[in-house]
Amino acid sequence: MSVSSLAPQNSLEVASIVRDAAARRQAIEIIGGGSKRALGRPTDAAITVDVSGLSGVTLYEPAELVVSARAGTPLQHVTDLLAQQGQMLPFEPADYRPLLASTGEPTIGGMVATNLSGPRRLHVGACRDAIIGCKFVNGRGEEIVSGGRVMKNVTGYDIGRAMAGAYGTLGVLTEITFKVLPRAHATLTLVYEGLSCDRAVALMSAAVASPFEVTAAAHIAEGNHARTCLRLEGFDASITYRAGRLIEDLAEYGQPQRLDTAPSQVLWREIGEARSIIGPADHVVWRLQLPPSRSAALVNSLRAMMDVSVLYDWAGGLVWLSHAAGDDMTAVRTAAKAGGGHATLIRAGEALRRRVAPFEPQATAVEKLARGLKQAFDPAGILNPGRMYAGI
Amino acid sequence: MTQIAMPQPDPLILAKRERIIAGLQERVPAQWVITEEDERRPYETDALTAYRRLPLAVVLPGSTEEVAAILSFLSRERVKIIPRGAGTSLSGGALPQEDAVVVGVGRLNKVLDVDFANRTARVQSGITNLAVTTHISPDGFFYAPDPSSQLACTIAGNIAMNSGGAHCLKYGVTTNNILGVRMVLLDGTIVDFGGETFDQPGYDWLSLIIGSEGQFGIVTEATLRILRAAEGARPCLLGFDKVEDAGACVAAIIASGIIPVAIEYMDQTAIRICEDFAHAGYPLDVAAMLIVEVEGADAEIDVLLTHIEKVAREHGARIVKVSKSEAESAAIWKGRKSAFGATGRIADYLCMDGTIPTGQLPYVLNRIGEIVAHHRLRVANVFHAGDGNLHPLILFNANDDDELERAEQAGNEILELCVEVGGCLTGEHGVGIEKRDLMEKQFTSVDLDQQIRVKLLFDPDWLLNPAKVFPLNLHPLPLGRAA
Repeated sequence: MSVSSLAPQNSLEVASIVRDAAARRQAIEIIGGGSKRALGRPTDAAITVDVSGLSGVTLYEPAELVVSARAGTPLQHVTDLLAQQGQMLPFEPADYRPLLASTGEPTIGGMVATNLSGPRRLHVGACRDAIIGCKFVNGRGEEIVSGGRVMKNVTGYDIGRAMAGAYGTLGVLTEITFKVLPRAHATLTLVYEGLSCDRAVALMSAAVASPFEVTAAAHIAEGNHARTCLRLEGFDASITYRAGRLIEDLAEYGQPQRLDTAPSQVLWREIGEARSIIGPADHVVWRLQLPPSRSAALVNSLRAMMDVSVLYDWAGGLVWLSHAAGDDMTAVRTAAKAGGGHATLIRAGEALRRRVAPFEPQATAVEKLARGLKQAFDPAGILNPGRMYAGI
Repeated sequence: MTQIAMPQPDPLILAKRERIIAGLQERVPAQWVITEEDERRPYETDALTAYRRLPLAVVLPGSTEEVAAILSFLSRERVKIIPRGAGTSLSGGALPQEDAVVVGVGRLNKVLDVDFANRTARVQSGITNLAVTTHISPDGFFYAPDPSSQLACTIAGNIAMNSGGAHCLKYGVTTNNILGVRMVLLDGTIVDFGGETFDQPGYDWLSLIIGSEGQFGIVTEATLRILRAAEGARPCLLGFDKVEDAGACVAAIIASGIIPVAIEYMDQTAIRICEDFAHAGYPLDVAAMLIVEVEGADAEIDVLLTHIEKVAREHGARIVKVSKSEAESAAIWKGRKSAFGATGRIADYLCMDGTIPTGQLPYVLNRIGEIVAHHRLRVANVFHAGDGNLHPLILFNANDDDELERAEQAGNEILELCVEVGGCLTGEHGVGIEKRDLMEKQFTSVDLDQQIRVKLLFDPDWLLNPAKVFPLNLHPLPLGRAA
């Protein structure tokens, strides 16, 4: 099957392409910069729709904490623009190109479609939490608007937010509006060394349950010595005070080193990109979400079975884990499920991603609803079919 | 004569009332099936009291399984279902109709499990919003969304309406604070969406369910994200002689890099009404007042408030008054949180809930004044200024049909104004019946059809909380708009 590639320049053209494809029942693969193309199940599509032509920030009001950008806008462009006004996307989107060994320019649309959030997700919510409005083209080729450009909006169902993490299977995103936040005046990271995973998770749990507003908590288990990192952000006087109280309250975990703003930024960028567990290219990488307090025990149980590299983020609520592709592919998912969580296979060869479901299998009732939801948005089943689950 | 139409009751359903009641009594203990007219009466309305419809019956299940049995039975009998929490909806979200059964979740009011290590609380949905925070506050934790009605309103209602509150500038609204729900579908299937993890695999069902106004199913349990409270919080009052200055000050505070936990705005009418009620020390001679609250330890609060005072003075604040004690802070908030109640003591009112881009504040406030004056009525403005969520209270006399009609007309014009300047019809109260007929002002029919298609997935026959959210002419999807 030859694949034709189309490059619409605006949402009207996207709508027309989708309408034609729906009439012919031809599957479409939606791509932006293509940097996350290897996430999820491979899609077999006759048409590739490259939305990177839908580019540009359409609204930015710093005093209202709101920014809108077309789906194909490079993420870097948006973060640079926000940085000029001392603002940021709250959820700290990371660059996954090193992890995925991919190229191409990450876009706003890809960021939303995958709903992957970085370290500050612990404190301020995910990508989906920052979405206040969304325009997309559904599988009928209709341009749909949901939400808007104001912070509080419960007018109608929140279908725009549901586009986050749908991997383009419900609609082709054309423009997204986000709530933004001011960047902190200063950052301080407390780094505790040499803790076991259990102790590290206990430390992070105590830190985030304190009143001292820890905006990120991660444990880098690999390397010569384990490092447990707590991030404080704000005015100098405030972070100095909070750091002092935390160090005092957490004295049983030892005396931490302090990293100030510039080295902190480097450290947390590397944590967000999961640099410490990238490993050899033939290793698979999982992203597990768990109730934080159960993550260390789960990792310990997996270590008893295989060699794994591990990075804990979100105070243990997120575990990045890599292991050799030849190892038992069911062990991780079984363990995650038993621990009250779920696992996503984030990096694996194409053949493996056809064989092992990248996304956590769903309960029967939920799966039935998911098929119905797909039908409600994309009755011909042409948008990124099978990208998340077979048949959806 | 009020303006919002409700459908005529279905005579076929009314005719089989006895059979429906008998069916309910087979599924829950008879004492929890309310049939007598005087006992049904409290359920005939919610906080949009201008509208009343006596339901066919009221049932108060005591477990998720009972809810499942009831929904399965009623949907088989094609009986309409009105889910109800505490009935505090300001938009008529819990208004019954004569051929419908109210299913109240008020008896499902327990805390099931609190997990401080993972910062989650699993609760039954009929628990009140405030009871959750009361339960966990001895350990220093709280549940963030705090609607003004938090003493009475339930988590179920908060989920249905995606409720907000005064503190969502920093902490978000309901959809940002729920990790999972257990929901009963119309056919009685019990489904868990989400769970205890930060994100959920697959589609984001919580986005769809939260804010679906009881039209997808009945949520019986929820896992809430709970947060450790800051060491302290302190509000300050800023008084302005010009409304424009207050608006500019809000923008300047935010642009300076501070996100206060709350920025509340009151105009002179609202200040006077609330001061009279709460004796909070509000300045009576200013055109507009802001309550700005920041959190942290004392030293942090001092730094932040000093900064805010500087910004405020630069933007024309004549009065800057920082709370000096817990009692003063409580009085300041008592005044604001009782704004609706205090207003209710002097007049009937319609509470609007539009949101606007905050840059449009001065223009919109002027226009609201003009609109209300044109209809020969008065207005008190209170709102969450940080996020542009307006609550103009249109004062009127409910015993005068003409005044009610003028008040509703003025309200509609104000909401249309909100949409016109780039905002929306409702920021936190929900559409209900109140804003139903304005939905086409904000959305195209294509947009609404897409929402309706999601609804039809859960409720193809429009049995769940009917006659709400969508204009009546849009349901069911007419021919030519095939699902």
